[in-house]
Amino acid sequence: MSMEYSPKELLICLGARLVEDHTMAFIGTGIPMLAASLAQKIYAPNLVPVFEFGGVGAVLEKLPLAVGDMRTFNKALQASSICDIMETAQRGFIEYGFIGGAQIDMYGNLNTTVIGDHAKPKVRMPGSGGANDIGSAIWRTIAIMPHDTRRFVEKIDFVTTPGYLTGPGAREAAGLPAGTGPYRVVTSLATLGYDEATCRMKLLALNPGVTVEQVRQNTGFELLIADTLEENHPPTDEELRVLREDVDPDKLYR
Amino acid sequence: MTEKVVRIVDEGLLPLIKPPDPEDLRAANRTRDKGLVDKRMSEDEAIARFVEDGMYIGFELYGSVRCPMSLVRALIRSGKKHFDLAGQGVHEADLLLAAGIIERIDCTYIGQEVYGVSAPLRRAVESGQVKQVVEWSNGAITWRFKAAAMGLPFIPTYSMLGSDTLKYSSAVAIEDPYTKRPICLLPALTLDVGFIHVNRADKFGNCQVDGISGFALEMARASKRLIVSTEEIVDSEVIRAKPHLTVIPWYNIDAVVHAPFGSWPGEMTGMYERDEDHYRMFIEASQKAEATDAYMKEWVHDLPDHQALLDKIGRARLDAIVIGKGA
Repeated sequence: MSMEYSPKELLICLGARLVEDHTMAFIGTGIPMLAASLAQKIYAPNLVPVFEFGGVGAVLEKLPLAVGDMRTFNKALQASSICDIMETAQRGFIEYGFIGGAQIDMYGNLNTTVIGDHAKPKVRMPGSGGANDIGSAIWRTIAIMPHDTRRFVEKIDFVTTPGYLTGPGAREAAGLPAGTGPYRVVTSLATLGYDEATCRMKLLALNPGVTVEQVRQNTGFELLIADTLEENHPPTDEELRVLREDVDPDKLYR
Repeated sequence: MTEKVVRIVDEGLLPLIKPPDPEDLRAANRTRDKGLVDKRMSEDEAIARFVEDGMYIGFELYGSVRCPMSLVRALIRSGKKHFDLAGQGVHEADLLLAAGIIERIDCTYIGQEVYGVSAPLRRAVESGQVKQVVEWSNGAITWRFKAAAMGLPFIPTYSMLGSDTLKYSSAVAIEDPYTKRPICLLPALTLDVGFIHVNRADKFGNCQVDGISGFALEMARASKRLIVSTEEIVDSEVIRAKPHLTVIPWYNIDAVVHAPFGSWPGEMTGMYERDEDHYRMFIEASQKAEATDAYMKEWVHDLPDHQALLDKIGRARLDAIVIGKGA
């Protein structure tokens, strides 16, 4: 009998499993920090976490509360600056970028700026932060977010961070570096990717106990479905133990 | 001869809050005192001397990390207002917004990270109290400072291309004459007054920062006037012993304010951690306007100066966050 887990814990574990060892990953605030820390402790001990205010190669012993705090450069290889980090991304060094978002569309465009009209918004959110820079210059962007029809929408209110914009060729036409773009979306229901020909979001794997119908019902646009669907296995006892005891013992994110 | 033109391929819709003016920065820098003079003064004196209503201001790093919070509180207490703000902000932006002294924002991120969206930002923008919000990315706003620091009018980047972040900014994208591909041009951003908190400085303003330098180097050099607060004032011999550690030199600085625990309730690299209890208390208060006002009265307006704040917090609580003591 395996341990009980929360939807958030599942998200963190799925995110952590996507991290590749011996790569540099740009870590946004929130769940990406937990996923990176868990990955470093189990799957990718040589992961180089990169934080936008200058932390490079930290050992994530204590969970960062801010992308610029001391924990982002704990026992790190380098403590530099925003310009250096963003320019390193622009030069093509950083393979993965982990970010969140309030809304996402079928091309992986993300909104963290406003709900409603920009001039008189219904909800004013924080804005781009480093997300637009990550989505513009990082090779493969991974979004981690809860899955429902408020978040997965036909038309997002504001394209804060570019996904594939309006479809094939749109990123290149806009001037974004070739070969970059959204790679995966890790959600409370599934893991999704993007169809190579159409750049549209595609269901790749279901979370434990979740059906295709359920994913469709919680997605506000027409979803492509992979020919063969994988199944994401639930958090292992080891993942949950490390997450609860080592990654976030103070329950900051629970 | 045919005239050749550079083609604009995309353009932000919003007017520039602060148009680039490299000549103006050059002229201001020409008149700055290059002599080694003692620039130590209090928060109140620095603000009285260098800050005027309606100026364009900015703070570094941000509210929970190495932020000049004693200067933020003193600025609010001064009653000066109608400021434009370069908004990479957390706690400091919340206090300025709650005080109602911000008119327009060049915004990249104003929020509370782990604790979510900023309620003071929501109230100020959704009510129309803040008259204009212009969007940028974190990279973009820092490169805007870098362009100004280079003494130039703009800098190119891939960031913001194709997005609404560009559409609701004041940037332009052109066809780059070299690669023939679209590239985003960011206008240089010069601050009338910049505020930065550092680990240590001498009385002339030679500054050292421990750990990441965020955007201190760029913002300092993009500021027509720069007020620095510092945890420690050190003898110039300390600076001269390791000149490679001087990240902001004296000639770029107009005031040096001695402010131990100046980043409180935020953290300071190697010195103290952030005061999480107070931070959470503020976040809770900030959810409602009345509770925010009560917080502002108790923790900003009713205290005459930074020392009064430290006395109110108390030695025991400060010790609890000091690295090597309580933390």
